[in-house]
Amino acid sequence: MLDSLFNIDCGYLEGLVRGFRNGILRQTDYLNLVQCETLDDLKLHLQSTDYGNFLANEPSPLQVSVIDDKLREKLVIEFQHLRNHAVEPLATFMDYITYGYMIDNIVLLITGALHQRPISELMPKCHPLGTFDQIEAINVANTSVELYNAVLVDTPLAEFFGECVSEQDLDELNIEIIRNTLYKAYLESFYNYCKGLGGTTADVMCPILAFEADRRAFIITVNSFGTELTKEDRAKLYPTCGRLYPDGLAALARADDPENVKQVAEFYTEYRALFEGAGNNPGEKTLEDKFFEYEVKLNVNAFMQQFHCGVFYSYLRLKEQECRNVVWIAECIAQKHRAKIDNYIPIL
Amino acid sequence: MGFTAYLKSYALYGFYFYSALIVAIAIGYTITDQGERIDFGWLLEGISPYMYASIGIGLVVSLSVIGAATGIFTTGVSIVGGGVRTPRIKTKNLISVIFCEAVAIYGLIIAIILAGLIAEYPPIVNEETFQIFKQNLFSSYLMFGCGILVGLTNLFCGLSVGVVGSAAALADAADPSLFVRILIVEIFGSAIGLFGLIVGVLLVSKAKMGDTS
Repeated sequence: MLDSLFNIDCGYLEGLVRGFRNGILRQTDYLNLVQCETLDDLKLHLQSTDYGNFLANEPSPLQVSVIDDKLREKLVIEFQHLRNHAVEPLATFMDYITYGYMIDNIVLLITGALHQRPISELMPKCHPLGTFDQIEAINVANTSVELYNAVLVDTPLAEFFGECVSEQDLDELNIEIIRNTLYKAYLESFYNYCKGLGGTTADVMCPILAFEADRRAFIITVNSFGTELTKEDRAKLYPTCGRLYPDGLAALARADDPENVKQVAEFYTEYRALFEGAGNNPGEKTLEDKFFEYEVKLNVNAFMQQFHCGVFYSYLRLKEQECRNVVWIAECIAQKHRAKIDNYIPIL
Repeated sequence: MGFTAYLKSYALYGFYFYSALIVAIAIGYTITDQGERIDFGWLLEGISPYMYASIGIGLVVSLSVIGAATGIFTTGVSIVGGGVRTPRIKTKNLISVIFCEAVAIYGLIIAIILAGLIAEYPPIVNEETFQIFKQNLFSSYLMFGCGILVGLTNLFCGLSVGVVGSAAALADAADPSLFVRILIVEIFGSAIGLFGLIVGVLLVSKAKMGDTS
């Protein structure tokens, strides 16, 4: 009985987002796209899909970066339209989704400032969903305390900072640690919010966010081999809202090489299946690809249930994956290196 | 968030307290050998037949309308949302709204029948008027029962038709061949409201209020 009360506030938007989801490229569209010889062919094939004439005004030698920007722009317009019409609790939910992009933008700007790039060159590279007021003031900060006090205390990210503000100057390693600490706090906060919403939203979103947390734990571990990140520091970066908490995370913190990581994954059925057959040899899928495939599967399944907010999150993720696919195919076409053109992740 | 949790715990502990109070009073009466004073039969018979009949009519219309309204907003919003990207679903899916509206009409029919049955009866002065009063009391129980019966069946029928109608609209937007199949599910959902109507009409066929025996 309580499920259909969701429709009072969010029913129209759910109908709209399902309409958008029906326009996601299918396998037949991808088969057409991989057979294109030039980027103009690609543009022609995209015209017959939901994208329509989005590239109509671009000058003739098309570039892949232009295609990427336009794909993202369409997605951002749709998301912002949905967000503008949303009321609580959907509005807070969609705001949570944007915090992830805000974190990426902040790290991008700080890294750029570290390498003495002018702010005007960096601003177009920021993700539009993650902008906030005063974002340009970030490059004046040299230490994380200044960053926090000057800029971030007024943004929604203030509560994610916690203990990671310190007097040390911002440098390469620190910035990555800050990014991962912020993201950990954000993911756990989002997970708790979804759990608080309860009902179908929690049923759908909590497994997706748990997988995201575990995936970050694996990737942080694998990427930290051979760097100066100590094991204790690494353990502090793992988000605890996943299925690996607490035993898997403790085992990952002790891992020394990729074999150990694979052994940790052996204890969890889904993750064992992902690690098997993953490798860097030609003909095998990489681990990241397998993670993407699993994420796509979880997000497609979110649409199987009605009356929950998770469809908005899943739609965004699926569209992003589609953008990555189209850009991958476009790159292969542009560089005339078609050996791996079939390595996109099929969605529907 | 905190306010509703506060309210919920207040309601829960209030419920515990008041039910404990009632049970304590009942035990008090029983152990002091005044158990006959707790007389539900006296209470039920003491309520006027007019009250039973009117409450029955009020319940049938209000509960039916709640069911129909819930169904209409559930399915109507999904039709509109889905119709933005897929305009062809708009006309076909109005059938779901019609099914929900039918639920309210069942309630209306029963209410009109019941309202037509209400009549005044003479006060109890002798044996004959007492028999008339018993007849009226019987009829008023039937009308009250019919009101609750039809009201509750229509409430849940409207709810279910609404949820199925919403799913039908969104599935139709994705794949046109699904609509007729889901419509069959919706027809079954609508049939349960009809069961309520039939039983209700059967029930009040024996009801007769008024001052003749």
